[in-house]
Amino acid sequence: MADKDLQVQEKQELQTKSESTRNVPIFVPAVDIYESQNELTLLADMPGVPIESVDIDLKDDQLTVRGQGATEEQGGTVLLREYAVGDYYRQFTLSNAIDREKIVASMKDGVLKLVLPKAEAAKPRKIAVKTS
Amino acid sequence: MAIIRYPRFSEFQNPFAEMERLRREMDRLFSDVAGRSPAALASGVFPALNVSEDADKIYVQAELPGFKPEDIDISVEKETLTLRGERKPDEVENVSYHRRERRTGKFHKAVTLPYAVNADGVDAQFKDGVLKLVLPKAEHVKPKKISINAE
Repeated sequence: MADKDLQVQEKQELQTKSESTRNVPIFVPAVDIYESQNELTLLADMPGVPIESVDIDLKDDQLTVRGQGATEEQGGTVLLREYAVGDYYRQFTLSNAIDREKIVASMKDGVLKLVLPKAEAAKPRKIAVKTS
Repeated sequence: MAIIRYPRFSEFQNPFAEMERLRREMDRLFSDVAGRSPAALASGVFPALNVSEDADKIYVQAELPGFKPEDIDISVEKETLTLRGERKPDEVENVSYHRRERRTGKFHKAVTLPYAVNADGVDAQFKDGVLKLVLPKAEHVKPKKISINAE
């Protein structure tokens, strides 16, 4: 996979009926979600969003990730405009098996990383088969 | 590798070039209103670039989330800006993926800038996954102020 050439992916705009107060487009970030034995990890591409503008909200089982992009314009007159800048928004439904207290969020090079540890009860347990 | 040519604004004698210019102006107008860019993917080559200029500098921006500065290679030769890079997949083992939307791989893009630039003065910043380049125009293409001598 590493040898493949990267293709342009058009930033997907959020389809919603509710209006936002900020007059900027809202995009759906591309995410990776993978699960290991003890935790669930979520990676989201949110370029241009500083860590302090990321808002993560967990209400019941709804995980909401919001990021405010820097809207400062590039100086001068536009020659070429291949992408738009704006905010990011995406919502996920989590299972109850997440230990809410231990969720860790970090941001590096425009990628948000959320580590969601599984609750003790939900971890897989090896069951030994006894022979009688 | 793809090379993008800018239509020169001086091509008035070519009606098609003029129409293209008009279309781009319209795109820009609508994109400002709707806040999105219909001209997006104009070149179709990764990464998408935003380019602007003022009197003596050209500004280039690209969104490269998850790239490391050392994996991005920028070179400038006269009017051609070349960007190369690679996003490597995260090394994680023993996991099962639920979603995998973030692409990994290499890119190579060459852009013909509308002016020759002074390659020594190029400034590149990489912050929060956004690459910002400031390219000073070469001395001979900078606009010159002509003062009028009154007699």
